[in-house]
Amino acid sequence: MTKPFYTRWKMWLVLASVIVVYAWAFSGIPFTGIKQTAWQIIQAIFKGLFHPDWDYVYLAEGEDLLRGLGETLAIALLGTSISVILTIPFALWASRNLVRTRLFSGASTFTLSLIRTFPDIIMAIIFIKAVGPGAFAGVLTIGINSIGMLGKLNSEAIEDLDMGPSEALKACGANRLQTIWYAIVPQAIPSYLSFALFRLEINVRSAAILGAVGAGGIGTPLIFAMEGRTWSRVGIILLGIIVLVTLIDWISGMLRRRLVQGRS
Amino acid sequence: MIEFRKVSKVYPGGTVGLNNIDLKIEPGEFVVIVGLSGAGKSTLLRSINRLHEITSGEIFISGKSITSAEGRQLRVMRRGIGMIFQSFNLVKRSTVLRNVLAGRVGYRSTFRTLLGLFPKHDMDLAFGALKRVNMLEKAYQRADQLSGGQQQRVSIARALAQEATIILADEPVASLDPLTTRQVMDDLQRINREMGITTVVNLHYIDLAREYATRIIGVRAGEIVFDGTAAEATDDVFSAIYGRPVSEAERLGGKTDEAI
Amino acid sequence: MKPSEGYPQKPSPSLKKGMTFALLIALVWLSAWETEVDINELIDGIPEMGKFIAKMFPPDWDYIGVVIKPMVETVQMAILGTTFGAIVAFPISFLAASNVTRMWLLRTPARLILNLTRTIPDLLFAALFAAVFGYGPLAGTLALSFFSFGILSKWAYEAIETIDNGPMEAMTAVGANKLQWIHFGVIPQVMAQFIGFAMYMFEINIRAAAILGIVGAGGIGIYLNRTLGMFRYDQTFIIILFTLVIVLAIDTVSSRIRGKLI
Repeated sequence: MTKPFYTRWKMWLVLASVIVVYAWAFSGIPFTGIKQTAWQIIQAIFKGLFHPDWDYVYLAEGEDLLRGLGETLAIALLGTSISVILTIPFALWASRNLVRTRLFSGASTFTLSLIRTFPDIIMAIIFIKAVGPGAFAGVLTIGINSIGMLGKLNSEAIEDLDMGPSEALKACGANRLQTIWYAIVPQAIPSYLSFALFRLEINVRSAAILGAVGAGGIGTPLIFAMEGRTWSRVGIILLGIIVLVTLIDWISGMLRRRLVQGRS
Repeated sequence: MIEFRKVSKVYPGGTVGLNNIDLKIEPGEFVVIVGLSGAGKSTLLRSINRLHEITSGEIFISGKSITSAEGRQLRVMRRGIGMIFQSFNLVKRSTVLRNVLAGRVGYRSTFRTLLGLFPKHDMDLAFGALKRVNMLEKAYQRADQLSGGQQQRVSIARALAQEATIILADEPVASLDPLTTRQVMDDLQRINREMGITTVVNLHYIDLAREYATRIIGVRAGEIVFDGTAAEATDDVFSAIYGRPVSEAERLGGKTDEAI
Repeated sequence: MKPSEGYPQKPSPSLKKGMTFALLIALVWLSAWETEVDINELIDGIPEMGKFIAKMFPPDWDYIGVVIKPMVETVQMAILGTTFGAIVAFPISFLAASNVTRMWLLRTPARLILNLTRTIPDLLFAALFAAVFGYGPLAGTLALSFFSFGILSKWAYEAIETIDNGPMEAMTAVGANKLQWIHFGVIPQVMAQFIGFAMYMFEINIRAAAILGIVGAGGIGIYLNRTLGMFRYDQTFIIILFTLVIVLAIDTVSSRIRGKLI
């Protein structure tokens, strides 16, 4: 039983609104007036990329690529570790199957989505005001900012868990905390670790650019090199970031596959 | 002793789960509750340890009202009642021993149990319970490495570790094959006889009910329509409980001596 | 438990587990040392942060009039960036999917390109394009296009690789050529998912677009930098609030539409 008229009418409406949205979007972005120098800069960048400043990889007096990447990785690792721990209460509170009052889990869900939508760069600026520019501000930013996504993913995973064991624990006379510890936690651990690794992959990328506002890591020398138009240095830093991110993605992917296999 | 006094349960949608039930189960009985699915046998069983709340009436366990118990009091009453589930409800990623020790958490402080510091008495009880169901050598294996029948025996051990005086079993054999079904039912029967634990079981196989029960209770539309010994529960009685002739699907088949 | 009691003994914890744990602790400790984490610094800094936040009040509500235009620009950048990214990503994803492209010589370069693109953070693309095309929304749109391309193509080819083989085999059986085969055997199975991905990418891009201005790539982020530089935190607050409201609103609407699609 289709309603051809209604469906067709609806389809046209959707199509028209899509066209309007795109016309509006295109009107806002000037595609003309590209700088005359654009082509030259592209050439310079590619030249820099293919002739990277290899000397920058290691400098005796410090402030080199390896140390910058090391700091970036350290920011990501420590920030992720902090968020992984801070996530636990949020995830439990946001799980509708653990919390009796909807208001309570709703408040937690709202807090999580607020943190999730809060841009990391803005958070970094606020933390720099507190602890000054440097890696520590980056750690704090990543530590807090990751809670939003981790809390949401973990609470959803907990809501999907088999509630049978919890029922059994309840029937044994266990209290709330004991039920969570004996029935929920063992089941939730594989996905919890897997999400942590997934977030680490994102955080390495994030840590690589937080330096743009002064929150430590490789981003700071990168922005300086761009402003100074030293494209060979930009090239080597870019290569460094690509290698670091690929390496972490690869290790994390391997560990996550093992977690999945261990589950069955 | 379990006592129901004018117990009713009406679900939010208006469906009647239990209708004015009066029932007494004496210590040491092996009661089998039979009835069609949806007749209210699961509700009846689960209201005993208040996994399901009732809407009116009162239930007494050994003279104490579980209906009015709250918080700590309720948990203390629950720890004396073991429960066996159709889907075993073990924590699959934990070891067998940890699953059995979970039966002890109601006796110990939260702090102690979170650290996993169980006293020697609890360890002895857990191992003893595992020995009783012949699962001692599996103590340190993960629960998901066991077969269905073995998992159900671990959940019986969990109930024993609780030092329960009552065991409730909600369709304990519905997900098992005929052979392991008999093993699990034999375990329950042996525990009932040797330790005098009051046992209440929901079953849908009428031949199993006749074979193991000392008393059969028939439930239909939230009311008790039969209450008598196994000998009294003839096929005609079952037809009356089910409201239709007994079908072959309601018999497990085989004889006791065929099982090991 | 003494073995004399006849109970099985607890197996000793495996060396591997212990090593993993030790390694993890060492890594975290090393990271803390490297980043010079100091809780005292944080505690000392909280009053500073408090001052910063205190200076946001009372917010300069009139400033909304100034930032409406860049906020509109932010949304436009996100729409176009997502669209361009998707237009390129979806065809490439067919090349990268092992069940569609059997030819190794075609599949490997496709995967290499999209894996490489995915390693580069959005802000880095923005800084690069701002250097090339000058400061403005064009750089931001391009940055978001590349950023979306990297992520969307991965989601898409993974989705293609999990589809049901039946319809594809049926197309082979009727003697379809490769394009017909994709059009009738693959696309109907993944279309709804692709639209869902693009919508989700749009949500991510709205968040990303809001900060690209930090490196000069258009949108509201430029004003964020400007107000911070002039210490007009009462205006900064307006920008943060406005951004959050828009992001939350679009998130809600988009996830509702996505929910309807699936």
